[in-house]
Amino acid sequence: MIASIAFYVFAAILLVSAAMVVTARNPVHSVLFLILSFFNAAALFLLAGAEFLAMILVIVYVGAVAVLFLFVVMMLDVNFAELRGGFQRYLPVGATVGAVLFVELALVLGGWQIAPDAGQLRFAPQPPDVHNTAALGRLIYTDYVLLFQIAGLVLMVAMIGAIVLTLRERKTSRHQSIAAQVGRDVRDTLELVNMPLGVGVSEFYRPLVEQPPPLHSDQPVIAHAGGGHGDGGHHAAEKR
Amino acid sequence: MAVGLTHYLVVAAILLVLGVFGIFLNRKNVIVILMSVELILLSVNLNLVAFSAALGDLAGQVFALFVLTVAAAEAAIGLAIVVVYFRNRSTIQVEDVTLMRG
Repeated sequence: MIASIAFYVFAAILLVSAAMVVTARNPVHSVLFLILSFFNAAALFLLAGAEFLAMILVIVYVGAVAVLFLFVVMMLDVNFAELRGGFQRYLPVGATVGAVLFVELALVLGGWQIAPDAGQLRFAPQPPDVHNTAALGRLIYTDYVLLFQIAGLVLMVAMIGAIVLTLRERKTSRHQSIAAQVGRDVRDTLELVNMPLGVGVSEFYRPLVEQPPPLHSDQPVIAHAGGGHGDGGHHAAEKR
Repeated sequence: MAVGLTHYLVVAAILLVLGVFGIFLNRKNVIVILMSVELILLSVNLNLVAFSAALGDLAGQVFALFVLTVAAAEAAIGLAIVVVYFRNRSTIQVEDVTLMRG
């Protein structure tokens, strides 16, 4: 009895909020009603005994997809009032198509029954004493493991696609040249010199790049070209 | 009156009709069209879960899980396309999207 009342309440809120999604004036309200309808659909899943799917629906849809919608709606500076023009114009054809579709579905629903031997055709009968999440986990990681991995592949392709689509190269940003950094050699910047005794330093100092002669003669024996680590890559680039 | 399979199917059918109606009603706003597509996929999930519960067959819930995955991927790609299109043309009017007409 309580389950029936809960079903009717959740179904009514689901349908009303779904109707508000498509008719709301402000797209932000549409997204919020979409979140409400997802919550109520999750409640219906719970009533049907699909606990794992209910939780996944809340996490994936409310936590990710609806927030993504909200993000895009608020980020784009769109004149939504302009987009609503023709609302009255499309109302009759939309209502007609919807009514026809609903009548067809009602006809299918009216003259339809489960085949008597449908019980023998089950792919994966529900195990009796295992709760829903564990049973689903056993199924996904054994019989449907290939589909599970393909689902992961679909998600990865979607992620890469979204990143590639929205990535924007800015002309003004400074990029790291990883190839130049990795291809840098010790010999480009550092030279070990064997010094004979009693000879001055100045004639052995040979800058890697043609530079004006140093002002001070007390250069170190191990000549750091340019005098710092920060300039090393610069010299290497110039040598090439 | 106990809640059975038929109740779920009626709710899912109304939800699907609302989604299709939303696509027709918001012909210009591609974001609401994407939301209507989400509603349609939700109704499909409701059907799969209802049949799964009625027949005691867990395969329906596995299918619903995969439909959920594809719906999430579709939403991400669709919204990325919307963002890129808005960046290039500074409008998301569906009727203006005729670049590939040839």
